[in-house]
Amino acid sequence: MDDSAAKTVARASHLPSAETMAKRRRRRYLADGAARWLVRAGGGGVVIALTLIFVYLFSEVLPLLKGASIESTATLETSELGEGAGVYLGLERYGEIGMRYTRSGELQYFRLDDGAMLETVNLELAEGVSITSIGNGEPRSRLVAFGLSNGRAMVVRHQSELTFPSEGVREIVPAPEFPLGREPVVVDERGRALTAVAVQQARDDTGVAALTSDGELTLVRYRVQTALLTGEQQIRRQQWSVPSHDEPVLHLQLSANLWNLIGADESGHLIYWDIADPNDAVLRDVVAAVESGEQITDLEYLNGTFSAVIGTSEGRLSQWFLVRDEREEAGDNIFYLARAREFHRHPGAITDIRPEYNRKGFVVVDDQGHLGIHYGTSSRTLALESIADEALTAVTVSPVNNQILAETASGALKVLDIWNEHPEASLGAFWNQVWYEGRSNPEYVWQASSGSDSFEPKYSMVPLTVGTLKAAFFAMLFAMPLAIAGAIYTAYFMAPQIRGYVKPTIEVMEALPTVILGFLAGLWLAPFLEGHLPVVFTTLVGLPLSFLLIAFAYAQLPRAWRVRVPAGWEAVILMPIIGLVVWALVSISPIIEIVFFDGSMRQWFTNVGITYDQRNAMVVGIAMGFAVIPTIFSIAEDAVFTVPKHLTQGSLALGATAWQTVTRVVLLTASPGIFSAVMIGFGRAVGETMIVLMATGNSPVLNFNIFEGMRTLSANIAVELPETAVDSTHFRILFMAGLVLFAMTFLVNTIAEIVRQRLRARYSNL
Amino acid sequence: MKFKTWMKSGDPWIWMIGGALGISLIMVIGLLTLIAVRGFAHFWPSPLVQTVATLEDGSLTQILGEVVEQETLPAQRIRESGVEVPENAVLVTRYLFKVGNREINSRDFVWHLESAMSEWRYPENAVMLERRKGGNFYGFPERLEYDGEVVAEGDGIWPELEAMINAKSELADQIQRIENRDIGRINKALEELRLIERGLDYNNVVGPERSEAMAEVEARRAKLDAQYEILRQERNRVQQQSRRGVLVMRTASDEIVPISVVDIIKGSRNNAMGLGAKLTFYGGNIKDFLTGFPREANTEGGIFPAIFGTVTMVLIMSVLVTPFGVLAAIYLREYATQGPILKAIRVSVYNLAGVPSIVFGVFGLGFFVYLMGGSIDALFFPERLPAPTFGTPGLFWASLTLALLTLPVVIVSTEEGLARIPRTIREGSLALGATKWETLRKVVIPLSAPAMMTGLILAVARAAGEVAPLMLVGVVKLAPSLPVDGEFPYIHLERKIMHLGFHIYDVGFQSPNVEAARPLVYATALTLVILILILNLTAISIRNRLREKYRSQGD
Repeated sequence: MDDSAAKTVARASHLPSAETMAKRRRRRYLADGAARWLVRAGGGGVVIALTLIFVYLFSEVLPLLKGASIESTATLETSELGEGAGVYLGLERYGEIGMRYTRSGELQYFRLDDGAMLETVNLELAEGVSITSIGNGEPRSRLVAFGLSNGRAMVVRHQSELTFPSEGVREIVPAPEFPLGREPVVVDERGRALTAVAVQQARDDTGVAALTSDGELTLVRYRVQTALLTGEQQIRRQQWSVPSHDEPVLHLQLSANLWNLIGADESGHLIYWDIADPNDAVLRDVVAAVESGEQITDLEYLNGTFSAVIGTSEGRLSQWFLVRDEREEAGDNIFYLARAREFHRHPGAITDIRPEYNRKGFVVVDDQGHLGIHYGTSSRTLALESIADEALTAVTVSPVNNQILAETASGALKVLDIWNEHPEASLGAFWNQVWYEGRSNPEYVWQASSGSDSFEPKYSMVPLTVGTLKAAFFAMLFAMPLAIAGAIYTAYFMAPQIRGYVKPTIEVMEALPTVILGFLAGLWLAPFLEGHLPVVFTTLVGLPLSFLLIAFAYAQLPRAWRVRVPAGWEAVILMPIIGLVVWALVSISPIIEIVFFDGSMRQWFTNVGITYDQRNAMVVGIAMGFAVIPTIFSIAEDAVFTVPKHLTQGSLALGATAWQTVTRVVLLTASPGIFSAVMIGFGRAVGETMIVLMATGNSPVLNFNIFEGMRTLSANIAVELPETAVDSTHFRILFMAGLVLFAMTFLVNTIAEIVRQRLRARYSNL
Repeated sequence: MKFKTWMKSGDPWIWMIGGALGISLIMVIGLLTLIAVRGFAHFWPSPLVQTVATLEDGSLTQILGEVVEQETLPAQRIRESGVEVPENAVLVTRYLFKVGNREINSRDFVWHLESAMSEWRYPENAVMLERRKGGNFYGFPERLEYDGEVVAEGDGIWPELEAMINAKSELADQIQRIENRDIGRINKALEELRLIERGLDYNNVVGPERSEAMAEVEARRAKLDAQYEILRQERNRVQQQSRRGVLVMRTASDEIVPISVVDIIKGSRNNAMGLGAKLTFYGGNIKDFLTGFPREANTEGGIFPAIFGTVTMVLIMSVLVTPFGVLAAIYLREYATQGPILKAIRVSVYNLAGVPSIVFGVFGLGFFVYLMGGSIDALFFPERLPAPTFGTPGLFWASLTLALLTLPVVIVSTEEGLARIPRTIREGSLALGATKWETLRKVVIPLSAPAMMTGLILAVARAAGEVAPLMLVGVVKLAPSLPVDGEFPYIHLERKIMHLGFHIYDVGFQSPNVEAARPLVYATALTLVILILILNLTAISIRNRLREKYRSQGD
């Protein structure tokens, strides 16, 4: 006893000392605290990253809604530049030099920051010759024509060039040109004064249209020919006369292909001459463009010269198109003038309109000192502000749309910086029918880009949205019956041994990449269906019939045989039947085509008038339905499987058959789960990209024809986003499409999830 | 049983919905079978058929090639396209022949009607040559020449040819090594010198310091140019050497075509091969497919860069997604205060799994590539501008975007694993005095490791199959080099990669010659499907085992 007691006392503790323990405890708690912060940071970071997606998409879309902003940077005095009121202004893309034509025939180049004069070009007219009219061409052509009192005209082109005087230094120098020579060219051979003049540059020709003092209209085309060897320049001249209008024409404009001439007269009429064949020029249309008493104060073609804008003395602005006459009695290529749209009214009479270089917008000034920035396609007035206390007489906008130069009546030049990046975007442009240039009526069109500068981008979201809904609709049409029926069968009727094989097979179905489904749909299914079109219709009828037949035959079998096969094997018995039936229907498909459809059902469709594309909504429906079936199946099956057993047992005990129990008890109980399954499946169908990209024709058509293709929002993003200019309107619109997809699927999934939670709660209460 | 009573019992409806399930199952099985059959068939050496066909204008043409497809259709459809069809025929069969020989034939795939062809023969000495350029060649070997002198003729050609193909192949590899590796190194060094020069400009280095640096740059440049000259001459010499062997072939229409032996990858006498030889050839084809590089605008060759790109991207994605997914799941389940806000967060995280993948691609392009990549370029690589380094789609951004996309999958799976661990185990650990972190580290996380692995496997499977976001953030049709190679920094995160899923889309829909590309699409699809099936079945089996294991403990 004493020994063991002594031993117990003598043995030292194997535990560490109290200090070490305390130190360790401190370290452990430190580690615990650090871990808590690390996990919080990581977890919070992930949640933040996921919200960042929404926030970022939204921030990229927001600038679309902004209008234009105007900021005044400088006011220059034209008295330093010389005599004469300014009639036509110009800017270059770097914002350093301004250009000004005066009424006395001078072209002045000056610096924008301090108004210093750089160069003056004088027309050097002969004695006794004065300027009687001024006309201009498209902004890109940079042409201005001065009509003279002796029936001649001077054509000037204001340009600037880049020079690099030393390493890394860029200088912009004026480089004015006289494309038709330094001497005035003959417009009217009889030497009458020109009271209105228009000039335009077609590819090789320069066209000048002019109204003489006694009311005759004449069109002249000049071509500059350079002799190969000597370099000598010769101007070839051709003249035609144009049928005159009874009233004096104040403004004239020529189109860029020199086929159309439009004019405005004193009493507010808009006139259109068809000069495509100059030998046979015709006065095609005269329209009263304004109310009585109002006058047209300016007429300009927009970029591309497909449409024109007029400004009136009451401050109204309207855009006019040349629309093709589609009636039977009209001939080919007969056009007439149509008013397309109006813009926000200015408080004063319009004094000058200047179109933008590369877009369908224009800037306007009036006699109350207001500046308006408008855009054609989207019918938007982006800004309408007062920039001066007096009337403004001329305006111009920079080629890159970031600067405006305006001249006041007292000769002050206002230099303004503007931000106007997304004028094409408006709710109307996205969701309403828009009347686009060159078309006969307003339509829904998506056509975002093309090769030319004068293209009008068409950003209607309607064809894309309808395409998305069409694809989703046909996919759900195919998937819903198969998935829900399959789910009910698997959850309720199927033999338990088979369940262990069926569920993994459906999970494999879900795991298949959509790229593979898409390529099979596009490369195999679409040609197969086109070549065996009757199969679609025969299987629709034939498969259910064959099921019924087999079922009836099975029911006729003697009882002794039937009890040998355990219940719940229907699906397995039917699988080889399905294979056989489909194979048989495919084999007789050519024979059906020969007997009923003259050898080709596809051709018969075209003859009957139904459009059929090889890659169409039916193919997409089958392929995307295949992708969506497992999503709907697993959720619906889960809902039906977890219906509390006592409900079914009670129903069966009361004498209902299995089918009656399913339809009247189980389905009704599980219906929220099935509903949420359908919703989640729909969300998946709406967002699917690869299948649609590969199995449709990707053409943005607007119809619900099952035999035609479509373009969806998601496929549109995948196709166009890699090729847009960053931060352009098109870029932001694609982001908006992404945002719409995000919001739609998020909403649908959240609703479905809430419904499912409620269902689970309900089950646990039953 | 009477029909009406039978209908009323609801029995037929049960069969109908059973049939619906049967349709779904048949579709899955049918799809997998279709891909398997067409994919595996791509590698099998098919017999070479020789026959004479009558064309539309009545002339005869000799055909030697493989039969690729067969179709039976109503005769009227053929008649409508203007081809002669016997009067009494109702159904016609036609065959698609791959006749290759692109330098002679205008079309290398031609349809011929069965009725328009004479009897099919299978000549023993017909040869199919797989070439580096210009597609396959089908013909009969005439003679083998070396430096213009005949080396072998007739039956003796074959063994000599095989030896020469091997020798020339080695020379071709040598040329490629010189071009890609050695000359490539010199180019890279020259590019670095150019960037040094630009760096001097950018940092405004002037005066004696600059002339000193420039002198050094010039000296190195001169040395590199000298090295390049040597390599160039060596390459020209080897190339000349490689072109000395010529195989003269005769086509079925008796045209003589000389083919340089170095252009031949392999030749086979399909009709003369026995089963063993065919199986060896088959295996060789599969190996070349999985380890070779694509040729002829992706319509021929192998898919190794696509497999490599997919694997690299998935590895980087796993490195990014696992820690964040696990941390987020632990946060949501263990550390966050339970309540309505947490429920909302959890629902949102689950819903992100349902957001279309293209939206992630859009976000990746705008935010990662242009915003973050642009800033990285401006900060770290200003001298390379305006050529972007990271401000352009690439490997890293693709992995990051996919990590974001598969994050919900990992979070859901890990949370499920954490939830399955019975409270008793957790409480026991805490009762023994462990801190929360220690409990997590030593008890909970190891127990839920299989669930995390399941999540990771599902994420990897999804990443291997997702194409839509990758089209926007870093995958290309043909990448000039692999993202991992022997030069520092060994893993090039800014390079563009190829991807299996995108390869399927590209070869199937953006190919210049769809007929030639189609078998390759099926083969690539088969590879992808096998990969995904293996991953998913592994994950499913792990998950099922986990469920069984914890069913008893949790209930």
